[in-house]
Amino acid sequence: MRPTLAILAKDLRIEWRTRESLASVLVLGVLLMVVLTVAHDPAPEAAPSLAPAVLWVSFVFTGLVGIQRSFLLERENDCLAGLLTAPVDPADIYAGKLAANAVLLAVTQAVVVPLAGLFLHADLWPALPGLLAVLLLGDVGFAALATLFAAVAARTRARETLLPLLLLPLALPLVIAAVQATKAVLTGGLGGAREAVAVLVAFDVMFAVAGWLLFAYVVRD
Amino acid sequence: MLAALWLVFMVVPTEREMGIVQRIFYFHVASAWVAFLGFFLVAGASVVYLWKGARPADRLAEAAAEVGVLFCTLVLVTGPIWARPVWGVWWTWDPRLTMTVILWTIYASYLMLRAFGGEDEAVRRYAAVLGVIGVLDIPLIRVSVRLLRGIHPAVLARNEGGTGLVDPWMRAGLGVSAVALMLLAAWLIALRMQSARLAEEVAALRRQALARGGEAA
Repeated sequence: MRPTLAILAKDLRIEWRTRESLASVLVLGVLLMVVLTVAHDPAPEAAPSLAPAVLWVSFVFTGLVGIQRSFLLERENDCLAGLLTAPVDPADIYAGKLAANAVLLAVTQAVVVPLAGLFLHADLWPALPGLLAVLLLGDVGFAALATLFAAVAARTRARETLLPLLLLPLALPLVIAAVQATKAVLTGGLGGAREAVAVLVAFDVMFAVAGWLLFAYVVRD
Repeated sequence: MLAALWLVFMVVPTEREMGIVQRIFYFHVASAWVAFLGFFLVAGASVVYLWKGARPADRLAEAAAEVGVLFCTLVLVTGPIWARPVWGVWWTWDPRLTMTVILWTIYASYLMLRAFGGEDEAVRRYAAVLGVIGVLDIPLIRVSVRLLRGIHPAVLARNEGGTGLVDPWMRAGLGVSAVALMLLAAWLIALRMQSARLAEEVAALRRQALARGGEAA
């Protein structure tokens, strides 16, 4: 547990001092939302129904970029090799990285979601508790899968192109469930989203455990 | 294989409402079974490879993934041929169709990882990790696509309101073509594993020859 927290603290401190990925990821998130909305050109009354899809598509892509960066950063100066020589279980490294990536996603959402409420006239306040739960579940699941495959992609030849290829198909059930859950939450509370939320929880548990077990095979040399 | 063709085209009675095009179903469904089997084979072989580090298991995973993608492609090609006259469209975002196309993209990306990742031992481990994650994804995809809307016929599962296969010859046709396609798939996998083994041997020999050449010079 302690190494996990140490890695989480390290990643967040690096981010806080440079604010590089956070800044670029935030702008990218807002940009994607604008691009998607403009491309759809919704009528004002149809705009709120667009919100779930627009939100999750922009999170998937900003998450992709942000999490990829977090491993490319470890490649510079062979930081990951240093981490691995430390007497730490690779599974703890995975957990720390996962937590840091989930925090990064959550911070992005904290900016993008209110803006979506503004741009797409979605009424967020009454649905806030349910919405937060869905966002959190989506973050953890996406970070669980993306952390594992970012480590894979960072160590192959075709780094930048490989991560989306590997990650997007695997993350599709998460995207479907998250969009359906967000839709249900925005239109009628968490009760209608029970099935979709169950899928999200299953996704989180399954891939967090699988990543925790398999990460050692990815980073072993 | 020939027996299956003969059964499907000569013996099995033509389905009343859908007509001749329904015959493609015997290959469509059987291919889907083979593709699924291939993907589970990938996962099984991947677990063995991660656990034991056995090279044949890795070759089996790669061969099964290639054959699985091939049969999954067949499913995606034969489906629309049937769907066009029956449903009126080539494609619809029905849960089963969505699921098949998601699976296809997962295992296509598996082959990409193999192709672009490089030749060394690390890539074999990455591929095995993806093979395991991929099969874990299957139940989640199944549940999540049900959150979407659907019209696909459930031919064998009567409880879902499907009509089932009425004529015993229809069942026989499906059974025989499934067996035939599975044998074909097994043969392709064996062939592919053998060629992968030979390729590895050639690479090893080339390295040896280069090392010897280096000494002579």
